[in-house]
Amino acid sequence: MSVSKSSRSRVAEHIARLPRSGIRDFFELVNAMDDVISLGIGEPDFVTPWCIREATIKALDRGFTSYTSNLGMLSARKAVCKHIQRIFDLSYDPTCECIMTVGVSEGMDLILRALLNPGDEVIYHEPCYVSYMPSIAMTHAVPVAVETHEEDEFALDPTEVAKKVTPRTKVLLLNFPNNPTGANLSLEQKRELARIAVENDLLVIADEIYSDLTYGERVPCIASMDGMRERTIVLHGFSKSYAMTGFRIGYACGPRDLIEAMMKVHQYSMLCASSIAQVAAVEALENGEAEMFAMRDEYEQRRNVIVARLNAMGLPCCRPQGAFYVFPRVSGTGMTSKEFATKLLEEMNVAVVPGSGFGACGEGFVRCSYATGMDDIQIAMDRMADFVAAHASR
Amino acid sequence: MDESKLNASILHLLEQNARIAVDEIAARLEVDAPAVDAAIDQMKKDQVIMGYTTLLNEDRLASPPVRALIEVEVVPDREGGFDRVARRLSRFPEVRAVSLLSGSYDLSLEVVGSTLHEVAYFVSNKLSVMDGVKATRTHFLLKKYKQAGIILHEVDEHERLKVVP
Repeated sequence: MSVSKSSRSRVAEHIARLPRSGIRDFFELVNAMDDVISLGIGEPDFVTPWCIREATIKALDRGFTSYTSNLGMLSARKAVCKHIQRIFDLSYDPTCECIMTVGVSEGMDLILRALLNPGDEVIYHEPCYVSYMPSIAMTHAVPVAVETHEEDEFALDPTEVAKKVTPRTKVLLLNFPNNPTGANLSLEQKRELARIAVENDLLVIADEIYSDLTYGERVPCIASMDGMRERTIVLHGFSKSYAMTGFRIGYACGPRDLIEAMMKVHQYSMLCASSIAQVAAVEALENGEAEMFAMRDEYEQRRNVIVARLNAMGLPCCRPQGAFYVFPRVSGTGMTSKEFATKLLEEMNVAVVPGSGFGACGEGFVRCSYATGMDDIQIAMDRMADFVAAHASR
Repeated sequence: MDESKLNASILHLLEQNARIAVDEIAARLEVDAPAVDAAIDQMKKDQVIMGYTTLLNEDRLASPPVRALIEVEVVPDREGGFDRVARRLSRFPEVRAVSLLSGSYDLSLEVVGSTLHEVAYFVSNKLSVMDGVKATRTHFLLKKYKQAGIILHEVDEHERLKVVP
């Protein structure tokens, strides 16, 4: 007897329910155009430092092409834990409190899947990286957004977080320095968030992917605050600071039970991170820091230039404290962020990303990446200034 | 920004691109353009900045010059050590660089000429007969791959997406 299955949806309901990325159409438009100066790129314009590429070639030469332990090569985990100790003054046992992941993206997926039951609530902040809300939704948990605002320089207000906490809240997700705003949190704000986490027994995911690219002093990781080590997973990686996006390598450090849970998901879904990428990661940590700082210094100078120029042309923006994005307000032009980005692309061949793609409260803003050479930044700024002036006088 | 940090930042930018505009330096470092001008002037006066040159890929010139690296062994002076010979050698316009080195020889010269013959003439008639010069070894330069931190050979451009979230 055959059963008709025609009414059954081919795609899982929770996947079908995921919203289509608001900026995908825009991306396709950009990719179809030639000679675009793009400030839309969320990855370094630098190529991976040569010492790291060379170490990777050597790893291939030596035949480092097998599976590694699920947690990753011990040498890589040791290097990572030593590094985390040095930058955050946090001590993790490389044998059981650290896992090498396929970028922070996989680390995020692992920890969300490891922690969340259907219906659990996750507090995160918007505007934010495009994958947070869908990643949470894919675990059948409930994403709860807290808006950040221009008047707070897009830092997360702890009192707003406290208001969103319910008995179902399990996780607080933090990404500062932030994509797309470049905002960072102060020590006081982190302490207050830590207090809220402890008081409400929340677990915290600290996505530290941009923390090396902090201009000025690095703010301590929330995991180092009172009562936080046992409830925090630190996610970090090499993509942004070491210009290694294509290597797809990152890591997570945290209490043993959480790493163990992540490892379960990882071993059945990914098995292990790429072996040669792990070798590259070790080289980055051991010998890549000087070049990383040189790249950071260049980003910082570009930030200075781009912030001054955007403000001068009438697109007010906060001064980013980290990462390589600036988030100017374009609502003064009378256009929505999507209209602004589309017209700027069509009329001036300059690509910026509509802020609405990073959450509803990003409406009225656009993201400009300064991970682009200074010459292109200057040309893009000239064109944007002309664009703003032309539309102001219409 | 304190003076030594400002100077170091300016030098770093000039070393990468000596034609960078003062305004761009000022914007990058968030200081006034006159302060940048003043710092550069002071570094010229202090002979920290000795000049600006153009980096050429000579292989691409219509008639590339002939270059040689010459190892020179010198009998040091009782008073001046290696300085007397080094200073005399550096006066020759065809000598483009003079350095004192540790190791098995003393001075390293970079010599340029329009023909091989010109360089040979310099070695045999000017250099090796000079008082204090004990021995020379001339290495003609065949190909230059990198100069002043800039790679001269072709490097593949890496492919980048135009937008990345």
